[in-house]
Amino acid sequence: MRGEMELEEKVIELIIEQLNVTREQCVPEASFINDLGADSLDLMELIMEMEEQFGVSISDEELQNIRTIQNVVDFLRKGGAA
Amino acid sequence: MKLADAGIFVYINYLKQEAAAEQTLAEIKSAGGMGALCPFDVADRVAVIGAVADILLDQGRIDILVNSAGVVKSGLIARTKEADWDSLVDTNLKGIFNCCQAVSRPMIKQRWGRIVNVTSVVAETGNAGQVAYAAVKAGILGLTKSLARELGSRNICVNAVSPGLIETDMVAALTDQKKEQIRSQIPLGRAGKPDEVAGVIAFLVSPQADYITGQVIRINGGLYM
Repeated sequence: MRGEMELEEKVIELIIEQLNVTREQCVPEASFINDLGADSLDLMELIMEMEEQFGVSISDEELQNIRTIQNVVDFLRKGGAA
Repeated sequence: MKLADAGIFVYINYLKQEAAAEQTLAEIKSAGGMGALCPFDVADRVAVIGAVADILLDQGRIDILVNSAGVVKSGLIARTKEADWDSLVDTNLKGIFNCCQAVSRPMIKQRWGRIVNVTSVVAETGNAGQVAYAAVKAGILGLTKSLARELGSRNICVNAVSPGLIETDMVAALTDQKKEQIRSQIPLGRAGKPDEVAGVIAFLVSPQADYITGQVIRINGGLYM
């Protein structure tokens, strides 16, 4: 359980840095594009940063399903990262 | 040279022309400019990524990319070998793609970048005997415009320069008759000088050109309008 919280915190830290948003905005259901003001390049940067930090590879197909912070956390958990 | 004159630290890429690259670097340094040699094959993706990573380690950023690497191979289509087509595509088109891709991420991160791709007048006019070369050079136009749209929001300007008949080794290889035939179609009545191309490239990466992106600047004495 503790590991899962840490993973979520790491993801949120990255998002705050990449998208220049506040900790309060980063609720699990926040949509990158609709709530956090990201555009497609922001998303790409974020994904590449996560791939590097968590040592995973996110396919274009999987990328289609990533819209919210929760989506990312779920994906990373499934992939057994961190 | 023109970029170094503007105070830019210039990495000179080459593959085979080591002596020419060294001479350019010597000229830059004797004029008080800064630069270094950076040999790699632009068609080799891994080599490109490695070279860009090295430059980032040294400098911390990459502001400008000028893609001028190119080979020229001419021949009627019936006599064009598959290997000729492949080498044109690999060096002249994939090479530019490799370099643009490798610098795009650091440029996006730093929210600033200038990319200039060198194409050719034949990209727009076509040229009998240069089907492969012209196809690849036209490909550069599509790449340039698409990349300009993709990266514009990050203040990255991507433009192409399209030289006509310029006094270079490539043109020196033409027959006198062919050169004369082209010259007769040039309103300015002469071939261009390499400096006249370099000057436009230097302009495109200067602050005067901050609002220019996705454009093809033709440097051809009026050969094609």
